[in-house]
Amino acid sequence: MRELEFPFNGEYIVTKKRAIKRQLLESGAASGTPKKIAILGGSTTSHIKDCLELFLLDKGIPCEFYESEYNKYYEDLMFDNPELKEFGPDVIFIHTTFRNLKNLPTLADSKEDVASKLDAEYKKFETLWVRAKSVYGCVMIQNNFELPYIRNLGSIDSTEYRGYIRFVNELNARFAAYAENNEGFWLNDINYASACFGLDKWAEPSYWQLYKYAVALPAIPYMAFELSNLIGSIFGKQKKVVCLDLDNTLWGGVIGDDGPERIEIGQETALAETYSEFQEYLKTLAARGILLTINSKNEEDVALKGFERPDSVLKASDFVAKKINWNPKSENLVKMASELNLLPESFVFVDDNPAEREIVRQQVKGCRVPELTTPETYAYMIDRSGYFNPAAISEDDLKRVGMYLENAKRLELEESFADYGEYLKSLEMEGEIGPFKDIYFSRIAQLTNKSNQFNLTTKRFSENDIINMASDANRITLYGKLIDKFGDNGVVSVVEGIIDGDTLDIELWLMSCRVLKRDMEYAMLDKLVAAAKSRGLTKLTGHYYPTAKNKMVREFYDGMGFTLVGEDAEGNRSYYLDIADYENKNRYIKC
Amino acid sequence: MTREEIYERVNDVFRDVFDDDSITVTDETTAEDIEGWDSLEHVSLMMAIGTEFGIKIPLNKVNSMQNVGEMVDFIAETC
Repeated sequence: MRELEFPFNGEYIVTKKRAIKRQLLESGAASGTPKKIAILGGSTTSHIKDCLELFLLDKGIPCEFYESEYNKYYEDLMFDNPELKEFGPDVIFIHTTFRNLKNLPTLADSKEDVASKLDAEYKKFETLWVRAKSVYGCVMIQNNFELPYIRNLGSIDSTEYRGYIRFVNELNARFAAYAENNEGFWLNDINYASACFGLDKWAEPSYWQLYKYAVALPAIPYMAFELSNLIGSIFGKQKKVVCLDLDNTLWGGVIGDDGPERIEIGQETALAETYSEFQEYLKTLAARGILLTINSKNEEDVALKGFERPDSVLKASDFVAKKINWNPKSENLVKMASELNLLPESFVFVDDNPAEREIVRQQVKGCRVPELTTPETYAYMIDRSGYFNPAAISEDDLKRVGMYLENAKRLELEESFADYGEYLKSLEMEGEIGPFKDIYFSRIAQLTNKSNQFNLTTKRFSENDIINMASDANRITLYGKLIDKFGDNGVVSVVEGIIDGDTLDIELWLMSCRVLKRDMEYAMLDKLVAAAKSRGLTKLTGHYYPTAKNKMVREFYDGMGFTLVGEDAEGNRSYYLDIADYENKNRYIKC
Repeated sequence: MTREEIYERVNDVFRDVFDDDSITVTDETTAEDIEGWDSLEHVSLMMAIGTEFGIKIPLNKVNSMQNVGEMVDFIAETC
């Protein structure tokens, strides 16, 4: 629900909590067995419960609550509690704050005194945790401590052994160490949350004096939100994929208009640096297993040039899936989800364009769409929204992106078989094939000298040789140029043969590898056959001479419908093709 | 701000906090008259009134106001 998405208005949520809850329940977003959450407070907890419920419902987690009597968190856990036992909590949340510290240092204390006070406070909690675990065996969440609203010793409070801040910092460190070493135990970091909210407003004392709220009411939604993110991730509700727009989201500017050299990325300007920082942030997400994907309206080959810049933090290979096309982004996202075998609700869609955000919000149920403003706040918005809040970091998390990248490659290959013709069609290819032509002599000669892999005979010719061939009445020569919707590939193929009676003996057949699998070889053969027929020929013969580099075309003629005549000891192969009944093979290149 | 203007806004706050569009408060309205107006919801109400009028209701006022009329008087004096 929009009202509950970060950055929300806490006072609005408190004021409207009844209506919001009603709407959430009506929407039916949260279903299944309710999670039972026991809130054991060292201060009033009523609004914490109300707000936590809203945020959990919004995450699809229905819940039931148990609340301790005011400030009875200790007694509730330490002594037999049939009511709590019967409630059967899935989560016990201990809401204690600085107000609950009873053994604070005084100026009369020695270092040893302070150390034993620290021990006493820590032990009190540890005993509680150990007992709660043995009795209830459920998830435990414990607040750490916010910094004191009023310091004991001013500027030196964090360094002097009797300072409150020093005391709190050391206690927090011990709580953290316990959390690190005990499965099923988490800290709710109100020290961080109160700093973000602003300690002065967080601890505003009138709420304590009047209602015994240690956290001021306007801050409670923020605390509850943080807590809901933790509980959500413990129950596996965190998002898995960040689905990113490109222009003005990952870099400044529009790459299709500005070109890759003029987009804002790198360290040259404040804006470029801002986008670089955002990319750095995304890289840290990927490092812990969050999948990065692209969903952009662009020409793919143009768009991906943005990642080829040396100063681009992210590379094209960091993305496990890419949908760079002109389709509706909502469709792209749903398709991408199914290809990754994930649900669209695992996605967070990040786009600077409000119209695109709205379409995805409306069309893709459960997908989260942060309301972005200016680029320096993108990372903040994603982070503080808690979408990718981890409950722990596992080995799997660290390996996940690599695994998805491999899967993506397999999928791509698979797709290319299923629908390759459609892909070729979509390229809108046009061929220009004809006898050697003066403007291309130099390029043709260059190709005969440079081409190694797709080269049947690897015969090298000078430009002069080419000129002579072009005017030789006893030869048939063809150059092939290929253009597609992304641009002109130039002259990419050369075929040349010598007429011998009713046969054309093919002396040269080569092609540039950048147009492999585009049907260009078929287009060349079609033209070659047509030219041979027009000269009254009935047969083609071809040769494969192996080199260290041309193994890929060893069976080229077989694939083209030629018949193998023989192969000698060196692996030289000879073929022939009767062309009387030849049918054109090229289907995708318009010539 | 006239008492009428204040009442209009106070009434909206009550309707929001108690999620009940049928509420109409008067000078004599007390917690007895509104379902859900307990000590805990009083906290929400005080915060919401404070936010609506951009004021902070002092500690000694929060629990001493006897009815909505006194609340409106206080707002009229402060704003």
